[in-house]
Amino acid sequence: MMGDATATVYELSAPGRAGVDLPASDVPATDLPADEVRADCPLPELSQLDVVRHYLALSQRNFGVDSGFYPLGSCTMKFNPKVNEAIARIADFSDTHPLQAPETVQGNLALMFELQQWLAEIGGFAGVSLQPSAGAHGELAGLLMMRAYHHSRGDSKRTRILIPDSAHGTNPASTTMAGFTALEVPSNGHGNIDLQAVRAACNDALAGIMITNPNTLGLFEERIGEVVQLVHECGGLVYGDGANLNAVVGIARPGDLGFDVMHYNLHKTFATPHGGGGPGSGPVGVSGPLKDFLPGPVVDVTRDPGGPRYRLAMPAKSIGRVSPFLGNFGMFVRAYAYIRQHGAAGLRANSEHAVLNANYLRVRLHDTFTVPFERMSMHEFVCRGAVDGTGVRALDVSKRLLDYGFHPPTNYFPLIVPEALMIEPTETEAKPTLDAFVDAMKAIAKEAHADPAKVKAAPHRTPVRRLDEVKAARDLVLSDRSAPAPPSPAGGGGKGGVAGEVARGWRRGGD
Amino acid sequence: MSYVPHTERERSDMLAAIGVDRMEDLFADVPAQVRFPELNLPPGLAEPDLVREMHAQAARNFPVDPARSFLGGGVYHHFRPSTVDYVLSRGEFYTSYTQYQPEVSQGMLQALFEYQSMICRLTGMEVSSASHYNCATALAEAVLLALHAASGKRSKVVISPAVHPMYREVVKTYLRGIPTALVVGDDAAAADTAQLKALIDQDTAALVIQNPNFFGQWEPIEDLVEAVHRAGGLFIVAADPIALGLFRPPGAYGADAVVAEGQSLGIPPSFGGPHLGIFAARMAHVRRLSGHLVGETVDADGRRGYVLTLATREQHIRRAKATSNICTNSALCALAAAVYLATMGTRGLRQVAELCFQKSHYAAAQIGKLKGFAINPQAPARPFFKEFVVRLPAPTADINGRLREQHGIIGGYDLGGDYPHLKDHMLIAVTELNTRAGIDQLVTALRKAVT
Repeated sequence: MMGDATATVYELSAPGRAGVDLPASDVPATDLPADEVRADCPLPELSQLDVVRHYLALSQRNFGVDSGFYPLGSCTMKFNPKVNEAIARIADFSDTHPLQAPETVQGNLALMFELQQWLAEIGGFAGVSLQPSAGAHGELAGLLMMRAYHHSRGDSKRTRILIPDSAHGTNPASTTMAGFTALEVPSNGHGNIDLQAVRAACNDALAGIMITNPNTLGLFEERIGEVVQLVHECGGLVYGDGANLNAVVGIARPGDLGFDVMHYNLHKTFATPHGGGGPGSGPVGVSGPLKDFLPGPVVDVTRDPGGPRYRLAMPAKSIGRVSPFLGNFGMFVRAYAYIRQHGAAGLRANSEHAVLNANYLRVRLHDTFTVPFERMSMHEFVCRGAVDGTGVRALDVSKRLLDYGFHPPTNYFPLIVPEALMIEPTETEAKPTLDAFVDAMKAIAKEAHADPAKVKAAPHRTPVRRLDEVKAARDLVLSDRSAPAPPSPAGGGGKGGVAGEVARGWRRGGD
Repeated sequence: MSYVPHTERERSDMLAAIGVDRMEDLFADVPAQVRFPELNLPPGLAEPDLVREMHAQAARNFPVDPARSFLGGGVYHHFRPSTVDYVLSRGEFYTSYTQYQPEVSQGMLQALFEYQSMICRLTGMEVSSASHYNCATALAEAVLLALHAASGKRSKVVISPAVHPMYREVVKTYLRGIPTALVVGDDAAAADTAQLKALIDQDTAALVIQNPNFFGQWEPIEDLVEAVHRAGGLFIVAADPIALGLFRPPGAYGADAVVAEGQSLGIPPSFGGPHLGIFAARMAHVRRLSGHLVGETVDADGRRGYVLTLATREQHIRRAKATSNICTNSALCALAAAVYLATMGTRGLRQVAELCFQKSHYAAAQIGKLKGFAINPQAPARPFFKEFVVRLPAPTADINGRLREQHGIIGGYDLGGDYPHLKDHMLIAVTELNTRAGIDQLVTALRKAVT
């Protein structure tokens, strides 16, 4: 199997091979409860070198920010500082147990308390809970708080949440989970929320509105003050989706704009790594009237003569826990270190340069790829990715970008722009990278005219070519058929086509 | 420290290309009265100063020696083979995001596919999600799955009080969104499985137990499974993945869905997160499972490859009708678990489980000999895995304070808060990292603490 990057751990397994050596038991033996012991537990059996080579080979078939430009819109794929990884691994942080007595974890609690304060300051909120584990988890917490707030006032008929048609899919999904009904609001010709539609929906059944600002078109809501006022006047609350906060740190505070609740994505704005899909962290911030409803526990402080003493506290009317312990502390350490590195000036400079980079790409690309809402954008923008008259679609352009060594933008989102490519460069990319991306996009547009078949068949230089997603959903192979499958024997031996080729250099240059 | 790479020259060239004079001009759409707030944050630090400050912050914590810590309750100090952090430190993995472009994400996709495969073998289930945030949220989603599987016709969820108290709290928070759902069973803190059985009826969507339970003991479950299945509900089990290396998987005794906390599989305690929610089920429930699923397929040349599949369950496609709102998950922790399981293998995991069993039984036997102490008084005959309950002759907090201050030992979890009938009882966890010397020190320290 040497050199075969695609063999699975089960295919590499040899019964009897071992990857570790544990010390023998140093205590007198007790009989195992015979009824509870299992006959076998078929895990793969590999040497440590097998394990290391396998995962190293897999890593070489994966693309991260460290590999190259990753302008995935609404995901804020910025540089993840290496020092923060080292800091999160300090044993006095990473070995602490969440059930330890507060007096033994004052360092952790102080860090969490300060992070709560800093996030509240950045967002313009009265209180923050670090409990939620991701953005969508923060949305659920925020919506449950809105529900509890209305109910606490004896106002239980508010069942609807307004959601702009440009919103992330998590917004309506969270709305349903929180027991509300999602009501879609259209966008106007400027790419903003249609004020008339909001006004028409404002009544005593409205629980609130979820707003992403800047929205997923990368546009700041020009009439945000009026939207907030309309919703507030009819007794509703305003939820802010903080996914796009990287555009406005030090530029505008959502709390100052009248937002009542917002989640922060520490894995976007505050550079904790995306981890191949997670873990993230999605703290929620709230205005004064909602503070007592925050999910808990939160960290509180008592100022003793001997110095501050930090402790865990449950807010008075808390919706309860959304996480079993204290949230994703490992991410708090990284985000804390990130804010501490930058200070207020550095954070504002990040947002300014994120916006500078997005607008630079927009003006350099708009002659080739139409930008439907041609305004000054914030940290991202959306263009039409299809090349007219060639049959080449946004998906094809994205796949061809892979051959040029770039991760594609977000495809086909937001839904209101046909053939959308949503491009978010982030502040940590330098002009030469942006110029190279523009060159690639323009080259692909030319190729689309000269040789559309080539673009439509892209990628050509990646470890695998386009994958059959229909087959995957139809045939559903969700676990390795070559692994022994107890307790009932199932599956067959079919291993599918195994390719040994590693396309070296696939990240560089189109051909 | 800033990571913005722009030179002065580049910045002015870019502003000129955009057609504005100054950075401030980019923000004309932001209402002037709120634009550019002065944020009250400490000034930025250069890397050496930052590192010094963060080490000082960490040093304010009591230093934990895993050989002499006996705190468990869902988070454990276990051996983490060096291969795990080696793989997790690969930037290609940890700086990537969800595999929307499978052609350049085969590494993570295959690793997650292999993770799903190993979790299926470990739990005895047929399908595993690619990860959830943690065991509590996976359990909440499993309960939602059961309610949805009953198409709203069943509203009752029977939960054992011996399920982790915090998991039960998270389930109840999630169920605030379904006001008709009713949680029963855990209001009687000392209820046993026979009492739970009596609560199962035609309105029951699910029965939830933890096995081994929060107190570390195996539940007598055989007729419970039959009861819930006869009533038409689902049987959901929260399991311990280390125990599954040696002991019967829930798939072997009738579970319809299995959740577990994957933290023990190569992930540090990290003060409670990030951890790993293992979520597996019977194939019949695959379309109601929440979170990403990786499936095998072929590419245009017929080569084997992997993609995210059944995305029509998920929020970015189904929006308000999705099975769950989950998007960002805990993929890197799933990768850690995969590397852990591949490194440990069948024999290594079995050995860890056996060491946990042997050492905890040694500790229980030694503590049980102390005057005034009793082991598992609530169910003395029931077998246990790596945790056990100790009745103390003094308040738990007092004893734990003395263990820590006089011996540098972190004692067990105080059960009195969650279980009033277990006042002055602590839950002690023993893993393969607890040495015999450390256990003997605990026993001596306990004896001294009450004399």
